[in-house]
Amino acid sequence: MGVNPDLQGRSYPPTQPYAVGREKIREFAAAVKAGHPAHSDLEAARELGHADLVAPPTFAVVLAQRAEQAVVKDPDSGIDFSRVVHADERFTHHRPIVAGDELVATATVETVKSLGGHSMVTTRADIATTAGEPVSTVRSTLLVRGEE
Amino acid sequence: MQKGDSIGSSTIRLDRADLVRYAGASGDFNPIHWSESTARSVELPGVIAHGMLTMGAAVQLVTDWCGDPGRIVDYQTRFTQMVPVPEDGGATLEIAGKVGAVDTEAGTARIDLTVTDPGNDGARVLTKAQAVVRLAEQ
Repeated sequence: MGVNPDLQGRSYPPTQPYAVGREKIREFAAAVKAGHPAHSDLEAARELGHADLVAPPTFAVVLAQRAEQAVVKDPDSGIDFSRVVHADERFTHHRPIVAGDELVATATVETVKSLGGHSMVTTRADIATTAGEPVSTVRSTLLVRGEE
Repeated sequence: MQKGDSIGSSTIRLDRADLVRYAGASGDFNPIHWSESTARSVELPGVIAHGMLTMGAAVQLVTDWCGDPGRIVDYQTRFTQMVPVPEDGGATLEIAGKVGAVDTEAGTARIDLTVTDPGNDGARVLTKAQAVVRLAEQ
């Protein structure tokens, strides 16, 4: 079963609000081996002018992938999660994510392309505060490998 | 600073525990990153690293160079080679960065990262890995 081409252009409802916590930032930073003190030490973050601990540059993927789950789990999508390989990713930060932020992410399927037996699905996740301030835009392309 | 300047290099080691830690921290529990049998059942060589783990770890070089992770305003890559992470020995990645472009008007520099896997004949696992850094006010 291939990916449903009708997904293209489809938008999904925003995710539940996500409260960015200090311990989550510390945990994520450790997981990507990001040793900068602004991820873990409040004083270091404030010295650089940040309101609180700063999330690593790829932390927004936590929000984006929650939003993308709506696409992958869409009963209509035809996406077999175990056959998904990540093809590309791009983060555009309007401002850094810091602890204390309350964020929502909204996924939109920008394109669905077929390539041989495979499909390429590009989604955009618009991440904003619950007050509506744009924070990050995350573009992600999944390669869904066809059965061999 | 000008185009072509090196920002340095680093080495990242990844083992199975790193993959499990990243799965938990990121919420990406795709079993191809922790289950050998699932990975093999979908014709992968074995458990592979999350592309996002490689991407997330590689940018540390840029953070160290610019001194503030909040200055990285854009970061993108393509994932061109899988990184198999054998249970014994794990994987090692080599990261190098250079200045790809300087935009004095915008006050930004683009850093181009090269990420290779010596365990896979030096294959480039990320391509077009580019981070745009907002430069400090002079």
